[in-house]
Amino acid sequence: MDYSQFLIMKQEIGLLIVFLLVFLYDTFASKKATGVLPAVTCCLFAIFTALGFIPCMGIENDAFEGMYQTSATVTAIKNILNVGMLIVMIQSIKWANSEFQAIRRGEFYELLLVTLFGMYLMISSRHFLLFVIGLETASLPLAAMVAFNKNRYESHEAAVKYILTACFSSAIFLFGLSLVYGLAGSLYYREIAMMVTGSGFGAMIIVALAFVIGGVGFKLSLVPFHLWTADVYQGAPTNVTSYLSVISKGAAAFAFLVILTQAFGTLYSKAWEWMLYGLIILTITVGNLFAIRQRNMKRFLAFSSISQAGYIMLGVIADNAMGTSALMYYILVYIFSNLAAFGVIGAIENNCDKGDMTDYNGLSKTNPRLAFTMMLAMFSLAGIPPFAGFFSKFFIFTSAINQGSTAIYVLVLIALINTIISLYYYLLVVKAMYINTDGECPVGTFKSACSERLAMWICVAGIIIIGLASPIYDYLLTIG
Amino acid sequence: MDFIIPLLILAIPLFNFLLLGIGGVKMSHRLAGTIGCIGMGTVLVLSYYTAFNYFFSGNEAFIIDGVRKAATIFNVTWLEFTKNLVIKLGFLLDPISAMMLIVIPTISFMVHVYSLGYMKDEKGFQRYYAFLSLFSFSMLGLVVATNIFQMYIFWELVGASSYLLIGFFYTLPSAVSASKKAFIVTRFADLGFLIGILILSFYTQTFNFADLTNNPQNVLLSTGGATFLGGSVLTWALVLIFTGGMGKSAMMPLHIWLPDAMEGPTPVSALIHAATMVVAGVYLVARMFPLYLMEEFALQFITVVGAITALYAAIVACTQIDIKRVLAFSTISQIAFMMVSLGVARPEHHEALGYMASMFHLFTHAMFKALLFLGAGALIHAVHSNNYTAMGGLRKYMPITHWTFLIGCLAIAGIPPFSGFFSKDEILSACYSQSMFWGVWMSIVAGMTAFYMFRLYFLIFWWDTPDYSHHHHKPHDPKFAMSFPLLFLATVSVFAGFIPFGEFVTWNGHEYTIHLNTVIAVTSVVIALLGIGAAYVMYSKKNEWPARLAGLVPWLWTAAHHRFYWDEIYLFITHKIIFNGICRPIAWFDRHIIDGTMDGFAYITNKASVAIKGFQSGKVQMYVWWYLIGALLLGAITAVCWM
Repeated sequence: MDYSQFLIMKQEIGLLIVFLLVFLYDTFASKKATGVLPAVTCCLFAIFTALGFIPCMGIENDAFEGMYQTSATVTAIKNILNVGMLIVMIQSIKWANSEFQAIRRGEFYELLLVTLFGMYLMISSRHFLLFVIGLETASLPLAAMVAFNKNRYESHEAAVKYILTACFSSAIFLFGLSLVYGLAGSLYYREIAMMVTGSGFGAMIIVALAFVIGGVGFKLSLVPFHLWTADVYQGAPTNVTSYLSVISKGAAAFAFLVILTQAFGTLYSKAWEWMLYGLIILTITVGNLFAIRQRNMKRFLAFSSISQAGYIMLGVIADNAMGTSALMYYILVYIFSNLAAFGVIGAIENNCDKGDMTDYNGLSKTNPRLAFTMMLAMFSLAGIPPFAGFFSKFFIFTSAINQGSTAIYVLVLIALINTIISLYYYLLVVKAMYINTDGECPVGTFKSACSERLAMWICVAGIIIIGLASPIYDYLLTIG
Repeated sequence: MDFIIPLLILAIPLFNFLLLGIGGVKMSHRLAGTIGCIGMGTVLVLSYYTAFNYFFSGNEAFIIDGVRKAATIFNVTWLEFTKNLVIKLGFLLDPISAMMLIVIPTISFMVHVYSLGYMKDEKGFQRYYAFLSLFSFSMLGLVVATNIFQMYIFWELVGASSYLLIGFFYTLPSAVSASKKAFIVTRFADLGFLIGILILSFYTQTFNFADLTNNPQNVLLSTGGATFLGGSVLTWALVLIFTGGMGKSAMMPLHIWLPDAMEGPTPVSALIHAATMVVAGVYLVARMFPLYLMEEFALQFITVVGAITALYAAIVACTQIDIKRVLAFSTISQIAFMMVSLGVARPEHHEALGYMASMFHLFTHAMFKALLFLGAGALIHAVHSNNYTAMGGLRKYMPITHWTFLIGCLAIAGIPPFSGFFSKDEILSACYSQSMFWGVWMSIVAGMTAFYMFRLYFLIFWWDTPDYSHHHHKPHDPKFAMSFPLLFLATVSVFAGFIPFGEFVTWNGHEYTIHLNTVIAVTSVVIALLGIGAAYVMYSKKNEWPARLAGLVPWLWTAAHHRFYWDEIYLFITHKIIFNGICRPIAWFDRHIIDGTMDGFAYITNKASVAIKGFQSGKVQMYVWWYLIGALLLGAITAVCWM
C-alpha cells in the first residue's frame, strides 16, 4: 500500500495534530497551566482554521481507491465548519473554566475535536464503511458531552435519550446499508450508483434508501426522526447544544447531499426526490408548529433548528450545482446566526441562570448589546433583509426553483408560508426584549466575559458582512 | 482628468455626513461646525479647480475646435441586472454640470458659515450640519450624474435630505407637517419621473445621458412611432419626466409645498429652497434638452406651465405678510422664468438663446436669492419674527443687512448693472424671439417682480418704525459669521452679470456672444422702474394707500392672500374625496377581509400546534417507535407509489 496517500488527507492530519497537542498539553501540563488550556486550544484551532484557507488545500484528489475524496467543495465546507467550531470553542471558554467544569475542560475540548474529525470523515468519505466510522466517531462522544453537566438531572436524561435513539438510528442505518450491499455488492458510492442503474429496481432498494435517509435524517433531525432533538437540546449544556445545532447539523447536511447525489443519484426522480419532498414539508411545518408554543429558549431554538434543517434540505432536493452552493452558504449563515443566539443564551445562563422567554423581558434596557445581538440573530434566522439570513434563504429557494418542476414550486411556496410562521416566533423574542419593558426585568445588567463577547462580535460581523459581501457567495457558486 | 478630485468632491460631504451623524453626539457645537465648514470649504476649492479646469484648460477632452464636450470622468457599474439594464454611477463634466459645481459649493459653503452664527446654541446643531453635508452630497451627485437613473437616485436623496432639514425643528407641529407635505408632494411628482424613466429606457434600452442626447433622432426612431392616448410615447415620457421636475421646482399645481417649506431654518431655505434643490427641475430639462427639442408639444407644455406659474406666484407674492413666504413665492416665480426660457428655446432662434439665458438666470438667481434669504435670516434673527409687521425702519439699525438686501432686490428687479438685469434680459429676448405673446406676458411678470420685491424692501427698512424698546436689545447687524456671506454674495450679485455666459454654457457647446437687445433692455428697465416707483409711492412712508387699494378689489386681495386657495383645494380632494371615497372602503377591506384571513390562518396554525403536541411525549420508547414507523412508511409509500 502506498502510505503517501495519507498526505492527501491534509485537513484530517492537521486536526489530528491539534487534537494530539491539546491532549498532550492536558495530560502533562501543570495544574496551573491547564487553566489556559481552552485559550490555547482556541489559538491552535484558529491557526489550523486559517491554514485551511490556503488555496492548495482545495485541489481535487482521492485516496484509498476512492474511499476518500477531497475537492474545493469539500475543503470549503470543512472550512465553514472550522469557523463555526472556532466560535463554539471561544464561546465555551468561560463555561469550561467555571469552577464545576474546570476539572473536565480538557476532555470537553478533546471530545469536540474528535467529533469534528468524525464529521470530516463523513464529508470526505466515498465509501459507506468509512462513512459509518465517521458517523459513529461524531455521534458517540457527543453523548458524553451532552451529559457534561454532571450535577444536573436533565443533562443525564438528555444523554440517555440521545444515546438510545442514536443507537437505534445506527441500527436502522446499518440495516439499510446491508440491504444496499446485498443489492449492489459494493459499498463504494460510485459502484452503488452504477449497480443501481444496471439492475432492475425493486422495493428492496426503496426500503434500503428509506433506512439510509432515516439514519442520516437522525443527525439532521428531520421529522419524524427528530423527536430526540428538543429534549437533548434543552438538557445539554448550552455550548454543547449550540455545537449540536450547527456544526453537527451542517456536516450531516453536506454528507447527506453527497450520499444522495453520488450513491443514489440515479434514483432522484424515482424515489428520493419524493421522499425528501415529504420530509421537508413535515420538517419545516412540524418544527414551526412546535416552535411557536415553546417558552424555554433552548427548546425553542431546538424546534427552530429543526425547521431550519428543512430549509437546508431544499438545497439537496434542488439537485443542481447551485443547490450545493446555496446549501453551503445557508450552513455558513446559519452557523453565525444560530451561534449568535446561543451566545446570548449561554451568557445569560452563565451569569443569571435564566433561560425562559419571559426572562428576556426588558433585556434591551438592562443589556442593550446582548439584546441587539439576539435581535440580529433572530432577524437573520427569520430571513429579514439586509441580514445574511435573507440572502441564504433567497439563494436556497432560487436553487430549488431552478430545478423547474411544478411540484417544487409548490414546495417552495409551502416553505415561504412557513417563513411567515417562523417570523412570528422569532419576533416573539424580539418583542420580549424590546417591547415588554414595562414590568420587571428578570435579567439584571451584567458584563459578559471577554471570550463570550469576542464570539458574539464575530457572529454579529458575520451576520452583517456575509449578507453584503457578494464575493463569498460568488466563490461558493464557482465551486458548487 | 484625474478621477481623484471629482471623487473627493462627492466623498467628502458623504464622509462628513457619516462622521457628524454618527459621532456628532459626542462633539461640541464648535467642533461639529468647524468640521462641516472645513469639509465644505475643501469641496469648494476642489470644485472650483475642476470647473476652471473644464472651462479654461483647453484640454482636448473638454473642448475641441471651440466646441465644449461632455467628458465622463469615471463611470463604474453599480448594478448589472441584464446586459442592457445596467445602473452605473459616474461623474459627468459638461458646461452645465461644471457651472453647477460652482453654484452649489459656493452657496453651500456660505450657508455653512452663516449657520455657525444663525444656528448657534440650537439643539441638534451637529445633526443640522450632518444633514447639510448629506444635502450637499446628494445635490452634487445629482448634477454630475452620467445617467438618468443615477440622477433619480440622487434626486430622491435630495428630497429626503430636504425633508430632514425642513423638519429640523421636529417639535414644532407646523415644521413636521411642512416636511411631510414637501416629501409627499415631491414624491408624488417623482412617481411621474420614474414612469417617464421607465418608458424612455424601455424603448431606448439605455439610461445614459450621452446615448440619449447625442442622437435624439435615434431615440425618436427607437420608439417606432408608438403612441398612447393620442400622444407619442416619447412625448409621454418627456412630459412625465418633466412632472418630476415640476415637483422639485415647485411649478403649478405642485408648488404648494415650497411656501410651507419655509418652516425650516432660514439658511436651509437659502440653500435648498432658493438656490439649489428647487432648480433641479430646470437642470433636469436642460440636461435632456436635445430630447425635448424632438417633441414640440413637451416644450410648449413647459412654456405654458412656467408662464402661468410665474404670473400666479408674482400675484401671490404681493400679498404675503411673512417675509420668507414672499421670498418663497418670488423663488417660484423666478424658477418659472427659467422654465419658460427653456420652453421657448429653439436652435433656429439665436442658437437656442433661451437655454443659455435659463442657465445664466439659474446662476445669478442662486446668488441673489441666497443673499435675500440670508438677509431675511439676519432680520428674523434681529426682531424674532417672520412678519414684516414687526419690522420697519430697520435701515438705521442694520446698515449691512440693509445695503446687501437692497442689492439683492435691485438684482432680482433687473436694474442694471446688477446681475439679474443681464440674465432676465436674455430670457425676455428669448421669449420675444419665440412669440410676442409670451414676451409681453413675461415682461409684465418682471414688472410685478420689481414691485413686490420693493414692497418688501420698503416695508422692512422704511415704512414706520415700531417700538423696539421692549426687545432685550435694539435690532443690530449680525456678527461676522453671518455678515460675511451677505457681503460676499452681494459682491457676486453686483458683478456676476458681466460674465460672458454665452462663451461657457450653450446648448450645443458652441460659443455664443451675448448681444443686449437695446429695445427689450430699455423696456424692461422702464417697467422695473415703474414697479419700484409704485412700491415707493405706496410703501416708503406709513400711509393708507395700501389698505385702500386692497379695499378696491377685496375678493382679489383675499384670494391672493390665501394663495388662491390651492391648499384648500388639495385638502378637499384628499380628505373629502380620496379619504372617503377610496381609503375607507380599502381600510374596511383591509381590516375585515385581509386581517380576518390572517387571523384565521393564525388560529388554524395555533390549533394545529396544540393538536400535535402529544407527538413530543418525552418518552424515549415512543420516539424510537415513531422513528421506525416513519422510516417504514417512507419506504412503503414511495414503493407503492412507484410500483
